[in-house]
Amino acid sequence: MTEGGRAITRHRHSVLKAAAVAIIGLFAGSAIARADSTITIATVNNGDMVVMQRLSSHFEQQHPDIHLRWVVLEENVLRQRVTTDIATKAGQFDILTIGNYEVPIWAKQGWLDPMDNLPASYDVNDLLKPVREGLTYKGKLYALPFYGESAMTYYRTDLFKKAGLTMPEAPTYEQIRQFADKITDKPHEIYGMCLRGKPGWGENMAYVTSLVNAEGGRWFDMKWKPTIDTPAWHKAISFYDSILKADGPPGATSNGFNENLALFASGHCGMWIDATVAGGLLYNKQQSKVADEVGFAAMPTGSFKGAPTWLWSWNLAIPTTSKQKDAARTFITWATSKEYIELVAKENGWVSVPPGTRKSTYDNPNYKQAAPFAEFVLKAIDVANPNGQTEQPRPYTGAQFVAIPEFQGIGTQVGQTIAATLTGQMSVDQALHAAQSATERTMRMAGYYR
Amino acid sequence: MKATPLQRALAIIFGWGAALLLFFPIAWTVLTSFKSEAAATTPALFFTPTLESYREVFARANYLAFAWNSVVISFGATALALAFAIPAAYAMAFHPTRRTRGTLLWMLSTKMLPPVGVLVPIYLLFRNGGLLDTRIGLVIIYALMNLPIVVWMLFTFYKEVPNDILEAGRMDGARTGGEIWYLLLPLSLPGIFSTGLLSLILCWNEAFWSLNLTSVTAAPLTAFIASFSSPEGLFFAKLSAASTMAVAPILVFGWFSQRQLVQGLTFGAVK
Repeated sequence: MTEGGRAITRHRHSVLKAAAVAIIGLFAGSAIARADSTITIATVNNGDMVVMQRLSSHFEQQHPDIHLRWVVLEENVLRQRVTTDIATKAGQFDILTIGNYEVPIWAKQGWLDPMDNLPASYDVNDLLKPVREGLTYKGKLYALPFYGESAMTYYRTDLFKKAGLTMPEAPTYEQIRQFADKITDKPHEIYGMCLRGKPGWGENMAYVTSLVNAEGGRWFDMKWKPTIDTPAWHKAISFYDSILKADGPPGATSNGFNENLALFASGHCGMWIDATVAGGLLYNKQQSKVADEVGFAAMPTGSFKGAPTWLWSWNLAIPTTSKQKDAARTFITWATSKEYIELVAKENGWVSVPPGTRKSTYDNPNYKQAAPFAEFVLKAIDVANPNGQTEQPRPYTGAQFVAIPEFQGIGTQVGQTIAATLTGQMSVDQALHAAQSATERTMRMAGYYR
Repeated sequence: MKATPLQRALAIIFGWGAALLLFFPIAWTVLTSFKSEAAATTPALFFTPTLESYREVFARANYLAFAWNSVVISFGATALALAFAIPAAYAMAFHPTRRTRGTLLWMLSTKMLPPVGVLVPIYLLFRNGGLLDTRIGLVIIYALMNLPIVVWMLFTFYKEVPNDILEAGRMDGARTGGEIWYLLLPLSLPGIFSTGLLSLILCWNEAFWSLNLTSVTAAPLTAFIASFSSPEGLFFAKLSAASTMAVAPILVFGWFSQRQLVQGLTFGAVK
């Protein structure tokens, strides 16, 4: 090797050495000392949680000894992340944002700390009863509700007027079908009925479950045998399948909540049955082109009037693995308190307060004035009753879901089969037959029967 | 053989067509990021641009902290993978044994296991080792994840280096370390560079492990993007803004190192 070559390689040598030193240096800086009262909050990226994150500086001012760290993730990612953490007792989080589906299941597993001995000022009896009951396991509360929602029917007042139709306050599914047929104007991309079609236990199956309940059906009989291949399910799914094919938007199987929200907000839906949280978004002129033409009515009813309809709440809970339980509890009682709701009202206006948790919110004249849909939401939550009975007795609770751990898998699998009817891959008969045997197999494997 | 004008024209059209097709999703993301949320749901090409989404994204998350984590983790993992792969590929390329071929194929076969299959064991190892939510944890997992590809690529690059040169070095008294350091590395530098770049991009884009093994301290840009996806509410513009900000650094980096990348990929052709 020549002298010059050696000099070059020597130079290269020192460059590589410097790079190695730099990389080691980067790692050295990565270990951060943790203060005693730092709590990690895992939450979803929904509008109300974003507001909570922003207003949490008020909490930190009131409690200078408690520092907050936020992990914000998409709902399904968060569910997987938090479930892995809690099942392996890794203790990465001090506060979890979970749904009313998880709370009783996780409480039963011993994964959550009970929320007892709440201060009198918290006024636990002010929490809406159906919401509170959904978070109770064996007489104890295991989470506090951050916001709650039921479902209702949204419709376009201008299209109804043009067609000479009037939406009753409590429509039936028969009426809904007639309305949808009249409003649909496919050449102008107006679809009479938008519904969730995207497969998933929390997507299409949330709506389908409440539809089945309304038609007198249920998921399981008292011996936990699935009752999917039955006349009530046939009636419900035939309705769902035919109305979406006749009056629904193209490609309905890829539409979940957000896709339908976008369709309605851009003026393509005549009616839409979905979560009450959409009300605030559709009335928001910055996001919705039809803000002045949105009407709302109760969820339609079928042959069985008293069925549980729809109740979902996002709640804050403390995992038993948390090492900062007191600080976590202080934060949760703040974020779900009356004072917090007033703080949001002061900062962002009453229309933006987290809905569906407290009676006092709905008694407030300012809220009633700011949110014209408030009374409907309250009524919808009051009749949702996840502990209520279906036409035939059922062994489980839950309104638009079944509160057993296996339901995530079952719901998603049945959801895919039902989506296959919309794409024409299966008939309703075939789909329900397949869903019945798949669910039977899952339940047998889970040990519900032999 | 010389190409006819028609062939050349066709090649140009196909080349541009493929490039535009590949670039379209990125261009669309960038375009959407400048729309308002209400406009983001309609496929309009002309609209009034706004920086609203960028402002919102910056106000809500500490972008620089996420970006720094991505840089540290990607470069760290690439350096670690190269540190193991350079000697490993050397041994396999220049001193093969009966089992070398099998070992190479076995290494590649580990890539066929879906990561979620080992999520719980890895999570438990990380928990017990105190590696959850640390950058060093992600560096280790990424280095392991990319090691088979890095070894394979280096192996094929080394194969192009004539054994005679290394033998001449040995005759001059170079030991294994010197042989790699003074002869092999300079000769295969373009190859090493493009391998490193590929590993860097794979680390940068990796979303499964980074979402599952980090929470706050070590969360990279993939976690940053995930935090802007919402199950309830319109978010397409904000998500596009977050995605644009996440891909921008690696895009710029790729642009600057384009020459080396092409050089590396065509390495070994007749010079």
